[in-house]
Amino acid sequence: MALNSNTPSGPLSEKWDNHKFNLKLVNPANKRKYDVIIVGTGLAGASAAASLAELGYNVKTFCFQDSPRRAHSIAAQGGVNAAKNYRNDGDSVHRLFYDTIKGGDYRAREANVYRLAQVSVNIIDQCVAQGVPFAREYGGLLDNRSFGGAQVSRTFYAKGQTGQQLLLGAYSAMNRQIGAGKIQSYTRHEMLDLVVVDGKARGIIARDMVTGKIERHAAHAVVLCTGGYGNVFYLTTYARGSNATAIWRAHKKGAYFGNPCFTQIHPTCIPVSGDHQSKLTLMSESLRNDGRIWVPMKKGDNRRPEDIPENERDYYLERIYPSFGNLVPRDIASRKAKEMCDEGRGVGASGLAVYLDFSEAINRLGQKAVEARYGNLFDMYKQITGEDPYKTPMRIYPAVHYTMGGLWVDYNLMTTVPGLYACGEANFSDHGANRLGASALMQGLADGYFVLPYTIGDYLAGEERKPITTDHPEFEAAEKNVKGMIEKLLSVKGTKTSHDFQRELGLIMWNHCGMARNEKGLIEGIEKIKALRQDFWSNIMVPGSGEELNQNLEKASRVADLIELGELMMHDALHRRESCGGHFREEYQTPEGEALRDDDNFAYVAAWEFMGVDSPAKLHKEELNYETVKRSQRSYK
Amino acid sequence: MGSVTRFLDSSIGRKVLMSLTGLFLCTFLIVHASGNLQLFKNDMGLAFNQYSVFMTTFTPIKIVSYLLYATILLHVISGVRLALANKAARPVSYGASKMPGSSSWASSNMMVLGFIILIFLVTHMANFWYKYKFGDVEWVKYEVSVMDGSVIGKTTMPSAPHMQPHEYVVNDGVSAPIKYVIVKDLYSVVQLAFQEVWIVALYLLGMLAIAYHLVHGFQSSFQTLGLRHPAIAGIIRNLGIWVFGIIIPIAFASMPVYFFFFA
Amino acid sequence: MSGNMNLTLKVWRQKNTSASGTFETYQASGISPDMSFLEMMDVVNEDLIKQGKDPIAFDHDCREGICGMCSMYINGRAHGPLKGVTTCQLHMRTFKDGDTITIEPWRSSAFPVLKDLVVDRSAFDRIQQAGGFVSVNTGSVQDANSIPVPKENADEAFLSAACIGCGACVAACKNSSAMLFVSAKVSQYALLPQGQVERAKRVVNMVEQMDQEGFGNCTNTEACEAECPKQISVSNIARMNREYIKAKLFS
Repeated sequence: MALNSNTPSGPLSEKWDNHKFNLKLVNPANKRKYDVIIVGTGLAGASAAASLAELGYNVKTFCFQDSPRRAHSIAAQGGVNAAKNYRNDGDSVHRLFYDTIKGGDYRAREANVYRLAQVSVNIIDQCVAQGVPFAREYGGLLDNRSFGGAQVSRTFYAKGQTGQQLLLGAYSAMNRQIGAGKIQSYTRHEMLDLVVVDGKARGIIARDMVTGKIERHAAHAVVLCTGGYGNVFYLTTYARGSNATAIWRAHKKGAYFGNPCFTQIHPTCIPVSGDHQSKLTLMSESLRNDGRIWVPMKKGDNRRPEDIPENERDYYLERIYPSFGNLVPRDIASRKAKEMCDEGRGVGASGLAVYLDFSEAINRLGQKAVEARYGNLFDMYKQITGEDPYKTPMRIYPAVHYTMGGLWVDYNLMTTVPGLYACGEANFSDHGANRLGASALMQGLADGYFVLPYTIGDYLAGEERKPITTDHPEFEAAEKNVKGMIEKLLSVKGTKTSHDFQRELGLIMWNHCGMARNEKGLIEGIEKIKALRQDFWSNIMVPGSGEELNQNLEKASRVADLIELGELMMHDALHRRESCGGHFREEYQTPEGEALRDDDNFAYVAAWEFMGVDSPAKLHKEELNYETVKRSQRSYK
Repeated sequence: MGSVTRFLDSSIGRKVLMSLTGLFLCTFLIVHASGNLQLFKNDMGLAFNQYSVFMTTFTPIKIVSYLLYATILLHVISGVRLALANKAARPVSYGASKMPGSSSWASSNMMVLGFIILIFLVTHMANFWYKYKFGDVEWVKYEVSVMDGSVIGKTTMPSAPHMQPHEYVVNDGVSAPIKYVIVKDLYSVVQLAFQEVWIVALYLLGMLAIAYHLVHGFQSSFQTLGLRHPAIAGIIRNLGIWVFGIIIPIAFASMPVYFFFFA
Repeated sequence: MSGNMNLTLKVWRQKNTSASGTFETYQASGISPDMSFLEMMDVVNEDLIKQGKDPIAFDHDCREGICGMCSMYINGRAHGPLKGVTTCQLHMRTFKDGDTITIEPWRSSAFPVLKDLVVDRSAFDRIQQAGGFVSVNTGSVQDANSIPVPKENADEAFLSAACIGCGACVAACKNSSAMLFVSAKVSQYALLPQGQVERAKRVVNMVEQMDQEGFGNCTNTEACEAECPKQISVSNIARMNREYIKAKLFS
């Protein structure tokens, strides 16, 4: 199948408006005859569910948590970008578009990113109207802060809890529709398979996680908003429950997977303290606004940070990138931290950390002002590490945080399975090879509030208005498939837990497909993952039964998918013989150690088609044609 | 009216009822305590006995007193209903449970305190109010100097049916005019009752319960009514502690103590 | 890997909602003080699985104190002994070697136990569905800066909105009252101009739903505020009472 992105023609700034006009509409009275299933209730899912229900569609939402409000969007701290130009500092839709394309190292689709920048302004309006308590100035107007990869202040925020407030806003809109009977919300339900009937997505198989009952749900369209797959690395800033099962099983049912190797390593996380650790905690990138990153000049300098004089400190980001300084994009900040530690200048007990120092900001602004900006982050740091960042610099280290890759979608956010859509982090779309800070919230909400509600109508308008039923043989087959897998997991009765396997998987991924990758390592990694998959299916131990609340069963089934996905990521990383954004191949770098892109050979989206667990996935390419932006070597110097 | 009933049936409505009845009872306590201070007057109980007559015969006061009984009843019934509902809200209790240090002991034991107060009230009413109204309290005649109001003498009167409290002045032009006051001698009943150790103990316990009940209850009722503002929070808190937690209970408690030890 | 703390855990085990539960005792050995409480539970569970026993079910997700999913009643306190901290952010350095720790689920008839330490908090969702929103449709709104909001109001609304819906207030309240939770949401909207139109209707509907769910009543012990991991203030409850009285009797 040829990959058609369905990008509209015409000038970049008019594409979305023209497209909206050309999209087919569903008559208001007919909307209630269409059912839509939305899996995942984070920013993308909740906003899509609310907006579609407001339009009149019948919506069913599914989330594995006990409430839609708990989706991991809630953990986003720093803010949400929007090209409002309230600061009068030269921002514009075009500049946000340009920053995002450049930040993504020219591996995103121009038209999508431009649309994202266009609707960003509506997001803020929408959220404010919902009662989201954004930070304000004394005049009562909205406040902004700056973020990495940008030289304007365009980030709207609610203390360090922006994701929480935006999600609660979308959740409230969703609640209104649940109350009105337009959304049926299924909580503690996990999607375990996609049902494709006559080539179209027609429903899902879900497991009620309390009773263990396997349920069939049918609809005219299915939307996956299940977030990213970073937990393939085990130690990440993701929630423990975040998983790739929905998108991976959709992938196995025909949805291509776009750029799986594009993962983001966030530079400012709390370093690992020991083997027991179950997750890493992110400290918002906004800290880089006022915190200065440094390591000692000397290798192995293990004096306390306060005892190291100013002239023996290396503020390496400020030194190497004078114009962006501590606010370089995430991929660069992360890689440089790794380089410093590799040179032996890392700090802390493990040597795997750099300092993020606020003493200068505290002197300049006073502790009160610093507290007002970052108080909750400082508290969190103290709670986890037992150290007081007002007195001693924070120690930070990069951690896996986001996946730019995901299900391939066209301009309408539809995957290669007709009627199956993917929104938010679950799709590959707008961030290219690296995402800028405060853009994840923007994309999730853009997709859910302002893109999908238009584009899904175009598809539904062409569908028959009679209800889809669950008695089709495809439902039967999918249900059987799911039950079979559960039985298999329970029947192995091996010696290793899903926890053991995920840890092993994470280690393999981090060592072979982490912040820096090379051909030899990837080839080795693929072999190791294959062996791990064999081991998993002969040694997994899942206690209990399928007919009860069984958290280990849930986890085992997710880990099984992550192992397969990990292998695909390695293949993708191996095939992309260039460095771009978060994908850094050691063989391809500039003399200064920056990522070296190969636009002649790799200016495309790699979309992988599933060909069977034991067969290599088939590569399809979507060429990225840049009509407006001239590609150049990214420079933040 | 329907909306008011529905309001009173809601969780907040029931609490509002508790706080309004509670505050009304608080105001009564002030009146009652200041009236009872007449016990300490060195007049062989005349003022106190006259005050008792006033309290039981003056029509507006009588109306208020029935309102008061109704309020007590309402406060009790509504409190019990709330407590039962609260109990039902946690059918399985914790194996280990600690109140956070910031929560006062009283706040989580209002029901127990209220129950002690109720027992106290019943005894109190039986001891004095019932006896006064229906029992055989002795009638006494006070001799009072009209000139300076000083009490000259007090004599027991034989009780007769349908006797009413009354007073008259005898002025024979020779000796100084004298006022005779005939009242039921509740004062002596009080005096006698407070010789009993167990009654004194019950009163002290009752006052302790009232103190704790009101230290929390007084300020809590403002919270329930939504009257919470930094500007008045301190005043309400201090009023609750000083007036209702200390002054009034001590004033009441001083009476049995005084009679037990000194009279 | 291993640490040096050995602990005795008394954990509530309950097969499902209809079964009756009981305390079971487990040993947790080799616990590092740097572990979070949930990481300690992970260690115990891995042991149980390897012994062929049923691991302890408990809710958790983000493990960074914001999703509100974790919910243990530890040694008689919701989210354990520290103030302003969720269970997932509670670290074992808070405990001493040799301690016995009692771990229970939230207990409230409105929060039925699903299994072990996992409870059903969907009552909170239903309360929000009854009115915890501003009725605006996507797209039909004006520019974000067209209505200025005094900074103090915005900041106060934020403090109310910081509630993570974990249910610790209900768990800590001796009456299982949900008033702190409900009042936080009512307050957020009452403080912002966007919430004014539906102000009266919202508080009435949310309180009615709360009453239907079987939560107890507030007796102003303020245990909720003390145990709230986000330190939501009980002044929100006063505001809700005010809003409700106004809405029911004066509008």
